[in-house]
Amino acid sequence: MEQKKIATRDGFGEAIVDLGKENPDIYVIDIDIGKSCKTGTFRKELPEQYLNVGIAEQNAAGVAAGLATCGRTPFVVTYAAFGSMRICEMIRQEICYPNLNVKIACSHGGVTPANDGASHQCIEDMGIMRTLPNMTVVMPADYVSAKALVKAAAAWNGPVYLRFTRDAVPVIYEEGGTFEIGKAKRIREGSDVSLIANGDTVRLAMEAAKILSKKGMEAEVLDMHTIKPLDCEAVRNSIRTTNAIVTIEDHNIYNGLGSAVAELIAENGGALLRRVGIQDQFGQSAPYERLLEMNGIAVENIVKQAEELLEKKSKNEK
Amino acid sequence: MEGISIRELKNTATDLRRHVIEMIYKAQSGHPGGSLSVADFVTACYFREMRIDPNNPKWEDRDRFILSKGHVCPAQYAALAMKGYFPMDVLDTLRKEGSMLQGHPDMKKCPGIDISTGSLGQGLACGVGMAIDGKRRQKDYYVYVAVGDGECQEGEIWEACQTANKYQLDHLIVFVDDNGLQLDGTTDEVMPNINLGQKFQAFGFDVYEIDGNDMEQVVAAIELAKLVKNGRPKCLFAHTVKGKGVSFMENECGWHGTAPNQEQFEQAMKELKTQSSGC
Repeated sequence: MEQKKIATRDGFGEAIVDLGKENPDIYVIDIDIGKSCKTGTFRKELPEQYLNVGIAEQNAAGVAAGLATCGRTPFVVTYAAFGSMRICEMIRQEICYPNLNVKIACSHGGVTPANDGASHQCIEDMGIMRTLPNMTVVMPADYVSAKALVKAAAAWNGPVYLRFTRDAVPVIYEEGGTFEIGKAKRIREGSDVSLIANGDTVRLAMEAAKILSKKGMEAEVLDMHTIKPLDCEAVRNSIRTTNAIVTIEDHNIYNGLGSAVAELIAENGGALLRRVGIQDQFGQSAPYERLLEMNGIAVENIVKQAEELLEKKSKNEK
Repeated sequence: MEGISIRELKNTATDLRRHVIEMIYKAQSGHPGGSLSVADFVTACYFREMRIDPNNPKWEDRDRFILSKGHVCPAQYAALAMKGYFPMDVLDTLRKEGSMLQGHPDMKKCPGIDISTGSLGQGLACGVGMAIDGKRRQKDYYVYVAVGDGECQEGEIWEACQTANKYQLDHLIVFVDDNGLQLDGTTDEVMPNINLGQKFQAFGFDVYEIDGNDMEQVVAAIELAKLVKNGRPKCLFAHTVKGKGVSFMENECGWHGTAPNQEQFEQAMKELKTQSSGC
């Protein structure tokens, strides 16, 4: 049966309206791409909590900081490429340094703005944001968890970078589950290999786990929606139980989820690791699934990486 | 604090300048030139115009003061200490390890700092955010922002001006410290600020062109700007002298970010004392 598919930016668009109605301190600051980032309902229903500052991202970050000093919780809403890089230094200086309660909510994460081409795809943002002190970095896996994590981000005291998909991705969670920032979601138990993914690649990890299971290998699957603070306990647990980890992300293999996990593994004395992600190259206008495949972000490659690790593990054990 | 006379304000500005020189001398680091050019505006705001409570620095209804050109913070630190936000001897800790008086203002460390600044071009946008919040919540506070003329080369300044115009922030008062010098040379050499005052006008501001080192003019312009409730943000386009009050620092680009030696310190303090008693 074909799974229902919804872009996670739609989850943001719905959750932010609920939040705004519950709490008049929640603000949305649009930068002329509100329609695309799904803030239309918020704009219509909560005009007193809404600003549109035009195509001027740097200013949006500063306005948000100013509002936050007055007790508001502004969400700066844009695309990942602009929300992380165009205004990186404004986020550092005026939001992270004074640790203000501003959320940067970005659609068009990873290669999901596929046919827009490389200028609009964003494979660097999570790594850049992870480097900033006081910043928390989150990418939900689906529509349901997006809604929950937007609410968790609003309740989180301090800056949060949220990353959503432009393209529709399968809904993998039932409504009503709990999602906690900094706490991985264990989707599947398994003692042979751990597949740690986030965002739109969680579904691929789940598919890969099914295939591995048919081949007699049981994979643990973790949705590591928060890469900072990383759920170190969950990763250490994977090191202990499987000692073989494949990370999967729609992000450059540098500085994102794979790097965060690798750092922890190295400090813990090691485990077998493979990183599946964007191969340090810019994208192009092409179908979303094709762009993932070009970088080996595909079920078959995840299975292959896991099998190779298991082979290595069994050799090591002999 | 309205009621303090212009004469008293002038003396206070001279005291403030003495503290600036002493702080930078003791730190052997800091930015005297711009601290001195902005000193009269800072004095007018803190000692006459602003509704503030040093015992309650986070008071919701306070007027806000943002030093977007954060490197001239010795002027603001001196004002805050003289107002009683913290003891005067804290001024001796400028730029020292563990001090609340960082090289550039830190709102988490220093009481009375409304937003951290230091990276040029960013403070005005923060002031716009504060002014929008005041307006939406029907507060009657003013937001004062001091920007440098060199700083106006940053694009974000103009992004913020657009937003101030759109949201009709007539309680936002921007002081442009037009001292004509920046780090590498004169603004004309480094990057000419073509018709800077007219630029603010074109962005929807009411512009008051003044001598920013003439206390009468500074006070009159602020008080007029506060009165005019016409939906337009206010710009005090202030011609100032970098290094104002210390003869050998005046209009000398080299004093942008250099601390005086002992001899220069003594000379500066002597000059600033003469001015004070002469009032």
